[in-house]
Amino acid sequence: MATTPTKVEFKIKDYKADIHNDWCPGCGDFGILTALQMALVKLQIPSHRVAVVSGIGCSGKTPHYMQTYAFHTLHGRVMPSVTGLKLANPSLTVIGVGGDGDAYGIGAGHFVNGGRRNLDITYIVFNNDVYALTKGQGSPTIAQGTKTKSMAEESIMQALNPVALALVCGYTFVARGYALDVKTLTDLIAQGIRHRGSTLIDVLQTCPTYNDLHTKPWYEGKKPGQNGISPLYRLDQTDYDPRVQDPANRREVSQKKTQAILKSEEDERLPLGIFYQCEIPTYEDYLEKKGHIDRAHPLAEREDIFHRDVTPLLDALT
Amino acid sequence: MPQKSFSWMIGGPQGGGINTSAELLAKVLSRGGYQVFGNIEYNSNIKGKHSYYRLRIAVEPVRSHLEEIHLLVALEDETLFGDLYHEWPAHRGHIHEVAEGGGILFQEGTQGIEERLNGRRVHLFPIPYSKFVEAALTAVGKGSQAHEYRIMNNTAALGAAIGVMGYDIDRVAAVIKEGFKGKASKVGEMNANCAHLAYDYARKHFAGKLEFSLPPAPAKPRKQIMIKGTQAVGIAKLKAGCGIQTYYPISPATDESVYLEGQQSAYKLVVLQTEDEVAAIDAAVMAAHGGVRASTSTSGPGFALMPEGLGFAAITEAPGPVIHVYQRGGPSTGLPTRQEQGDLRFALYAGQGDIPRIVMAPGDLNECFYDTFDAFNYADRYQVPVIVLVDKFLSGLYASLPPFDMSGLTIDRGALFDPKANGNGRYMRYRFTESGISPRSIPGQEGGMFWSTTDEHDQVGHISEAIGNRLVMMRKRMGKMDLAAREIPDEKKFTFSGNPKAPVSVVAWGSTKGAILDALARLDPEQQNYNFLQLRIFQPFPVEAVQRLLGSAGKIITLECNYSAQLAGVLREQTGIKVHHRVVKYDGRPFSEDEVVAALEKATADGGEEIVIADGRVIGPDYGRQQVDEMVELRKKNAKMNVPIVPLPPGYNR
Repeated sequence: MATTPTKVEFKIKDYKADIHNDWCPGCGDFGILTALQMALVKLQIPSHRVAVVSGIGCSGKTPHYMQTYAFHTLHGRVMPSVTGLKLANPSLTVIGVGGDGDAYGIGAGHFVNGGRRNLDITYIVFNNDVYALTKGQGSPTIAQGTKTKSMAEESIMQALNPVALALVCGYTFVARGYALDVKTLTDLIAQGIRHRGSTLIDVLQTCPTYNDLHTKPWYEGKKPGQNGISPLYRLDQTDYDPRVQDPANRREVSQKKTQAILKSEEDERLPLGIFYQCEIPTYEDYLEKKGHIDRAHPLAEREDIFHRDVTPLLDALT
Repeated sequence: MPQKSFSWMIGGPQGGGINTSAELLAKVLSRGGYQVFGNIEYNSNIKGKHSYYRLRIAVEPVRSHLEEIHLLVALEDETLFGDLYHEWPAHRGHIHEVAEGGGILFQEGTQGIEERLNGRRVHLFPIPYSKFVEAALTAVGKGSQAHEYRIMNNTAALGAAIGVMGYDIDRVAAVIKEGFKGKASKVGEMNANCAHLAYDYARKHFAGKLEFSLPPAPAKPRKQIMIKGTQAVGIAKLKAGCGIQTYYPISPATDESVYLEGQQSAYKLVVLQTEDEVAAIDAAVMAAHGGVRASTSTSGPGFALMPEGLGFAAITEAPGPVIHVYQRGGPSTGLPTRQEQGDLRFALYAGQGDIPRIVMAPGDLNECFYDTFDAFNYADRYQVPVIVLVDKFLSGLYASLPPFDMSGLTIDRGALFDPKANGNGRYMRYRFTESGISPRSIPGQEGGMFWSTTDEHDQVGHISEAIGNRLVMMRKRMGKMDLAAREIPDEKKFTFSGNPKAPVSVVAWGSTKGAILDALARLDPEQQNYNFLQLRIFQPFPVEAVQRLLGSAGKIITLECNYSAQLAGVLREQTGIKVHHRVVKYDGRPFSEDEVVAALEKATADGGEEIVIADGRVIGPDYGRQQVDEMVELRKKNAKMNVPIVPLPPGYNR
């Protein structure tokens, strides 16, 4: 990963695909897309060293708008897809993107186990409370008792807490962003990519077409009764410290995780930023330690595995 | 009594060491130059339920088991008398399978065998297993722990069996000791001693009693290996350069992945255990896109979660993955540890829409190796998923073979994007080409960036719902199957043996191959009356060749392990040929040589469009019900039997 600009400086156009974008005008996805591209500018990662992997839905189209290696895969299967690609070539910067239904609904089992693995990947979830591309059914993050204009009835299921879920699954960088604050989101995504380990960034995202509850004016505190106070606030503007200093200290890890879960339960005002960060060995670190992989020679680039001598295995069977 | 092969069986509770004893003996005999064919039957259970392991030993190749047993080794009563503990008993034991003149080796003091023999001439070899275990323990100062070491009864039984059969116990002792290295070598010595003591006892009391004997050993043993299907597949994957294997644990596929797990550091391989089979196939698809040869292994219930991933691989034109499906009894959880070839149609049609795929079906251990190797070449060359249908029987059968000849094996990675050769041209991952194959770029390369999507897409890889593009893309993807049909040679698609003008053609697929070859060698040694077509690749199907070979056949008989004669249906669909007799077997057990003989004799005599085989014979519609009733009766007569207790490892107290 090239972290310092050399002769060539990558600009945002280097990460933008020359293609018409068919998201609805005003969609929060635009903010996330721009933030992702700007994060890559910030990190100066050559575009051909990046792979963006998506699920299905509006967010699923993100890779098409990126000038990187781009995979628009299956609904709910972002995490397995990212896992296979990353293991094939751990030297790539692999970024998963998907919707809230994708990650926490149909892909929930993969989301859980992805956290347990702690591969060095980044997963950005576009969280707008609805299944938009199928015209706005409630998603796993829609609050109990609420109803968007696209829903026939209010939701009677409880909402899932993505930050808390990610914490108990083992993600080692857990954050929440807001799609329309591109500058802050850019920083968050850049930090998430830089983090060694599995990153979850749950991004609160507006759906101007189907979600009439959590709209831009609502997030800005401009709806009647909000008195101009945004329901969002930034953790980095408080004395909250998300970082584990000593990952070997079981007490500290537990304390930081617990405080993050408590933070994620706040619903009067919603905290944004990093809830938890802890650098522990990644899945690749363990594979390398066991001798299964050698990151200097990613499997995808190895020629020697095509010339394996299996005669010792046959001799062992005589 | 001179006979071509010797049929041996050991039975005992799961966890009681029958595998160890049987495989040890198989190894000894294989080293001694014999051809050995072994297979195991076991329940979906960890400890306690009845399992048995058969070995067939010969000088000529043996590829199947026989119904009759020449020497039965029983570790406990259930092997002899059957399941007498359940309201609806599972089996009747194995006494009735022992041939006239054969023998039964059992724990001294067991009552009731003669009654079951009903006057048949079978020799009884009562052996005090625990006495030898105790003696061996006493020799190392552990005599008081004999009860804890009952697990060693299998060693005593093996030693005694060698004595009854009259083979060289020193060879057995040497292989026992090989299994215990370093600190454990004392345990090896103790086990070898136990086997020796039991051997001496059996020689003293029973030498020469058994009327069957091992055929004379070949004077000059050739080098051979003893290998299982899962190992043959695993080694082929390593040889083919597989970099990532994914799996979710499932019987009977898991052994392959576990074998590969043991090779990870030596061969630079990643075995990824996923949260489910959905993740297993998707991770493998993306690993293949990532530039690594990737595979996954599963069984029917796991493959049931994979059709989504098959479509993913197909529409994104991933080079793979290679998917081994170890079929077992279905539907659903079905018979988790039993044989069936019930997933042929499923493998051919799984997934929505038209999915180009290659479907292979190796029929023996050699084909498991070579077909698996080829599967990776096809995956890369045609950028399609490749399904390799294997089954429970192939996975666990354990047989002697000459080591695989690797000399003709070459790796074909298919058309690759070359950044140097591309100049300043625009790279398009799904470029329209004459062959339908677009050179693929491996992520990470400069100039080779591409988009891919599970939506229909244009040449660049962006979503397109345009009519013209759709037409080209469908033809491009499906056309690759025509290309594969032309390029893959016939000798890889099927094997054909026997007299092409013979009046009867037997058609089969997969692991029935061995039993059919053995049966035909017995029924038709001059190769006059039968020929045998074994289909090895079902997609692309060798339509013309099969029509040519079967077009003038007098009588066509299919033979397979499923209820609905799936092969017969596929044959008709692909070639229009209607078979005359469909032999099916869906009792969850593999065909024996005798069962194939019975089926072919029935088909060629009075016929019947459908012939059902079970329990060693042709059966009628009421057979199953009669068996259920008979076993209930049998249990009533023998209600006093104790539930078998599996010895725990030393150190545990019950």
